[in-house]
Amino acid sequence: MDLLNAIVALANFVVVPAIAYGSQLALGALGITLIYGILRFSNFAHGDTMAFGTMVTILVTWWFQGLGVGLGPLPTALLALPFGIAATIALLLGTDRVVYRFYRQQKAAPVIFVMVSLGVMFILNGLVRFIIGPNEQRFADGARFLISARDFKTMTGLREGLAIKTSSGITVITAVIVVAALFWFLNRTRTGKSMRAFSDNEDLALLSGINPERVVLYTWMIVGALATIAGVLYGLDKSFKPFTYFQLLLPMFAAAIVGGLGNPLGAIAGGFVIAFSEVTVTYAWKKVLVYLLPDSLEPSGLVQLMSTDYKFAVSFAILIIVLLFKPTGLFKGKSV
Amino acid sequence: MNPAIKNPLLFAVVFGLIILTGFVNSWNVALNILNMGLISAIMALGVNMQWGYAGLFNVGIMGFVALGGLGAVLVSMPPVGEAWAAGGARVLLALGIAVATIAGAVALWKKLKPGRLRGLVLAVFLMIGFFLFRWVFDPAVAAIEAVNPAGTGYLGGLGLPVLIGWPVGGLLAAGAAWIVGKTALGLRSDYLAIATLGIAEIIIAVLKNEDWLSRGVKNVVGIPRPWPVPYEIDLQNSAAFVARAQAWGMDPVTTSSLAVKLLYSVLFAIVLLLLIWLVQKALHSPWGRMMRAIRDNEVAAEAMGKDVTGRHLQVFILGSAVVGLAGAMMTTLDGQLTPGTYNPLRFTFLVWVMVIVGGSGNNWGSVLGGFLIWFLWVQVEPIGLWLMDLITSGMADDNALKAHLVKSAAHMRLLTMGVILLLVLRFSPRGLIPER
Repeated sequence: MDLLNAIVALANFVVVPAIAYGSQLALGALGITLIYGILRFSNFAHGDTMAFGTMVTILVTWWFQGLGVGLGPLPTALLALPFGIAATIALLLGTDRVVYRFYRQQKAAPVIFVMVSLGVMFILNGLVRFIIGPNEQRFADGARFLISARDFKTMTGLREGLAIKTSSGITVITAVIVVAALFWFLNRTRTGKSMRAFSDNEDLALLSGINPERVVLYTWMIVGALATIAGVLYGLDKSFKPFTYFQLLLPMFAAAIVGGLGNPLGAIAGGFVIAFSEVTVTYAWKKVLVYLLPDSLEPSGLVQLMSTDYKFAVSFAILIIVLLFKPTGLFKGKSV
Repeated sequence: MNPAIKNPLLFAVVFGLIILTGFVNSWNVALNILNMGLISAIMALGVNMQWGYAGLFNVGIMGFVALGGLGAVLVSMPPVGEAWAAGGARVLLALGIAVATIAGAVALWKKLKPGRLRGLVLAVFLMIGFFLFRWVFDPAVAAIEAVNPAGTGYLGGLGLPVLIGWPVGGLLAAGAAWIVGKTALGLRSDYLAIATLGIAEIIIAVLKNEDWLSRGVKNVVGIPRPWPVPYEIDLQNSAAFVARAQAWGMDPVTTSSLAVKLLYSVLFAIVLLLLIWLVQKALHSPWGRMMRAIRDNEVAAEAMGKDVTGRHLQVFILGSAVVGLAGAMMTTLDGQLTPGTYNPLRFTFLVWVMVIVGGSGNNWGSVLGGFLIWFLWVQVEPIGLWLMDLITSGMADDNALKAHLVKSAAHMRLLTMGVILLLVLRFSPRGLIPER
């Protein structure tokens, strides 16, 4: 019984949150890795792109809520998501047209692209704060839990409860659908194959008649969709605050690098590696250990390896370890 | 235009703008802009050493600035004897254990043969070291933070003059730069960017949470003034000063605050000029030529027998030390260390805008960029507000859109900086004063 309680406590506080967070990171890291693979630069504006998409979704959600349109137990934001995606894609295509295309034609060095993306980040950051303000916004509605801790306890008779938030459930389901669709697109369709060819060897792809502008266009569209979905899921699960989205850059980059930059499969694996390490290192293990250890050994402290404020340190430490020992990442990425 | 005429003219325009602020707003505002402009110019110099000389992309400037501020605090604040008695030795012991654990792990890694056993031994060793560290560290921290938490609750500093804290701040930043540079240099250029982004966030997190070190979000206030700068209240109580102010027909209170700010300006200007002299010397020495050769063609430089990664590490540390120095100066000027206010947009990316706009690779350009962009950063907000008032002047006062626009005018800053950065990168990528 104690063992069961320990497993349930572990699932409740570590496994379920880490899976949800990992899916969100993976979707974000996929966007970063796609841009890296095809446009060949680290996009520092990605966090703020997510914030922009989420902002549009929130505004449309509020409008729907005002009209009384909803999805019952599901959050209204899902209904507003397509609008957010469309707006983000329009924004990204606009910035590509106005900003990035010039440097692409110049064949500028990657670091110039990074710097330009910094400028874009500034503008998006200002834009988002200008429109919705710098404060925290909550926009989740519908049923809060799939299973609440209380129901679980009465159902199983255990001392520990297992709560699964609706948002966690939606996150995982959406992430699986999106990733499946993305891989189907990349591996099965003509455009997807041309994207992979372009990522592998640009010159060869150009020689075989692939239109680079078309590849870039599709990349931005996919990235816009991924960023908005990741942002909205994160916002539903936690809350929306422009600065938090900017800070997500670090774990997302860490995820992309750990998996191997430019490798979509790696980005997903990296997202979960980062999420699980962050949650396990910052979780207070006392609750689980109480069930597992005999009374005499019961821990006096919280048995928390690091306080939650240091969660960035975890992504950073993993990043450093990977850079030191395997700079190309777990799955073979690019290491130019 | 001939650069010999154009460059002084550009500086004249920027200083003219600051002087104009003195006439239009107040001299206090103008001197504030000048002082922070001087500090920004030093930060821009440090970043220019990394980017302009060597092409290293550092986006963790905020962290080095904050470490510099910590240096100023650790040197200048009076030590808290009670806290040292409560747990000072124990904290030092814990830190020693941490360092020994890491050193031991590195030694083990080198000594053992590669294989699964090595990983296992290392993991066990690190775990034991970590728990030992926490076992020594946690009670000490609790004891220190329990000593008068509202007033001190930290170890304090050494009680030395704050001027000594400036180079110490630079040294702290250099130490952090060594750790980052050692791991991330020699890999792709983007990796350094991401690693610096990370270390900056971690440094801020440490300053915010390790109350025993920096009082965390409770802030360290009342950092002593550097040597020649007096306190306003002492000036106002000095009969000679009051008499002189009145002889000039000025209010003694205003004059005292102006005098203090002016003294700071002189102090900062001396540091800036000294640094410019040094970096110009370095840039035009064989060392500077080698740096630029490496930046322009790493492969060729390596073929000539230059140690590219080693030189990169060197210049990265030097540049970070300069940024740390500026951070210590800023904390001294503010008289307080407020870890909660460090924001990457303000401290990292704004400095980048300064370097790019001023002209990367040119020290004078970075200095100009520092002054100009800081001036704009301060002035864009009132201008934005004025613009919004103008745009919305036709709307009714209770119009929701008008209220929103006026309220959000403050965020115009980021937007403006982004637009400036993109415009300069696109149309004048070499900046206002290009590299020769």
